[in-house]
Amino acid sequence: MAAQFLFFLLATVAVAAAIGMLVARNPVSSALWLVLNLFCIAGLYLTMNASFIGVIQILVYAGAIMVLFLFVIMLLNLQALPRPGDIEWTKVLAFVLGMVILAQLMYVVAVGLDVPIEPVTTAQAAETGSAEVLARSLFTEYALHLEMAGILLLAATIGAVMLAQRRFE
Amino acid sequence: MDLPLYWTALIAFLVINVMLLSASVLVYAERRVSGFIQNRPGPNRVGPAGLLQPFADVFKFVLKEDIQPAAASPFIHSLAPVLMVVIAMTTAALIPFAEGVVIADINVGVLMLLALTSISVYGITLAGWSSNSKYALLGGLRSAAQMISYELSMGLAVASVVLIAGTLSLPGIVEDQAAGGAVLGWNVFRNPIGALIFITTAFAETNRAPFDLPEAEQELVGGYHTEYSGMKFGMFFLAEYVNWFIASFMIVTLFFGGYLIPFQPYLLAALPALDGSILLGILQFGSLMLKVAFFAFLFIWVRWTFPRFKYNQLMNIGWKYLLPIALANVLVIAVGVIIFRTLF
Repeated sequence: MAAQFLFFLLATVAVAAAIGMLVARNPVSSALWLVLNLFCIAGLYLTMNASFIGVIQILVYAGAIMVLFLFVIMLLNLQALPRPGDIEWTKVLAFVLGMVILAQLMYVVAVGLDVPIEPVTTAQAAETGSAEVLARSLFTEYALHLEMAGILLLAATIGAVMLAQRRFE
Repeated sequence: MDLPLYWTALIAFLVINVMLLSASVLVYAERRVSGFIQNRPGPNRVGPAGLLQPFADVFKFVLKEDIQPAAASPFIHSLAPVLMVVIAMTTAALIPFAEGVVIADINVGVLMLLALTSISVYGITLAGWSSNSKYALLGGLRSAAQMISYELSMGLAVASVVLIAGTLSLPGIVEDQAAGGAVLGWNVFRNPIGALIFITTAFAETNRAPFDLPEAEQELVGGYHTEYSGMKFGMFFLAEYVNWFIASFMIVTLFFGGYLIPFQPYLLAALPALDGSILLGILQFGSLMLKVAFFAFLFIWVRWTFPRFKYNQLMNIGWKYLLPIALANVLVIAVGVIIFRTLF
C-alpha cells in the first residue's frame, strides 16, 4: 500500500516536472525542472529495490551532467524565451482528454494481456538490484559489451577533446 | 545490534540537534584558534571565555532584516540556502557513530555519500545565479567548476577504499579496518595516497581555504552569498560549518578507522565483558569524536596557515596532478588487492 502510494506520488511529480521543463520560459528553470524529474526517477528505482541504480542516477545525472548543463547555461547567459501569446485552451483541453483516453485504453489492454501493473517488489528483485549481482553479470556474461561501451566512450572523449582543442600557431 | 525504529528516530533527532550545536562550537573554535594563530585573543567578551559568542551571532542573524534584491528570482533565492542545509544534514544519516549505531545503514552508503556531495553544488550555484549580481554569479560559477573538477579525484580516492574493503556500506568499511590488530589496519596505512587525495578534495568540496575561491572576499565581495542577509545568510554559514564537520567524519570513517578504538582487539582480550556492552559503544563514540575533533582542527589550522590558490593553480592541481595520481593509485591498489588475496 505504502509502496503504491509512493509510486503514484513520485510518478505524478515526475510527469509534472517533465511538463514544467517543457513549458518553462527560463533556461535555468527548465534545467531545474529536469533535475526534479531525475530525482523522482531515482526515487522510483529506489521503490523497486534497485538502490544501486537509484543512487547512480542521482550521482551521474543529477549530480554531474545537470551541474554541467547548468554551468553552461549560466556561462552562455541565455535570455528567457518570450512569453507565449494566447494559449489555445481548446487544444490544451483536447490534449488532456486525449491522454486520459490513451491511459484508459492502455489500462484495458494491460488487464486484457495480464501484464502486471504494480511494480515488482519480490525478494528476487531486491537481489538483482544490488551492486554485487549487477557487477557479476556485467563483468562475466556481458564483459564484451561492457568493454565495447568503454572503448566507445573513450573514443568519444578523445574526439571531444580534439574538437574543443584550440590551436595556437 | 539491530535497533528498533523508534531508536533510529531518537538517534536521528539527537544527531540533527548535535549537528546544529556543533556548528556553533566550530564557529567559536575557529575564531579562537585563528586568534591564537594570529597572536590575538579572539572573541572573549560574551559569556565565560567568549563561549556564548556564537549564540549572540545567531540572535543577530534572526533579528536582522531579510533583504531580497528586486531583480532576484524569489523562489530560487529562498530555495538555495535551504538546499544547502538539508543536504548537509542528510549526509549525517550515513555516519556510523558506534558499532551498529547508524541512522541509514544502506548497502550503497559510499555511493550515497558521493551523490549527496555532488548535488550540494546546486545550493551555491543557484544562490549565485538567482541573486542576479555579478559577484554572486562569479562565485556560483567558480564553485560549480571547482566541484566538478575535484569530485572525480574524490570519487577515485573513495573507489580505492572500496576496492580494499570489498563493500559499499560505510559500517562495512569501518569493520574492514578492524583487521591488523592495532592501528595498522586503518586505511590511511594501507592506502596513504588515497587518504591524502581524499583530504585534499574534502577541503575543495567544502569550499574551505585554501580552496575558498567561491567566496574570495578580496575579489567577489562575499561571493555566492553577497546578496543574502539575515537568517538566509545564517543558513549558508550553518551549512558550511556542518559540511566541514561532516567532511571530518567522512575522513575518519573512510581512512582513520571510524569509531574503532585504537588497539581495540587487545582491549577486548583484556576485558571480555566489554564486548557488545553499552560502555564499549560509548568508548567507540568517544574515540570517533576525538579523531573528528583533530580533523576539524586541521581544517582551521590549514585555513589560517595557507594562502588561497589562484584560479589557474586550482584547475592545475585538480586536473593535472590530483586526477592522474588518483587514477594511478586506484590501479596500484587494485593490483595490490589481487596479489594480496592470491597470496594469503
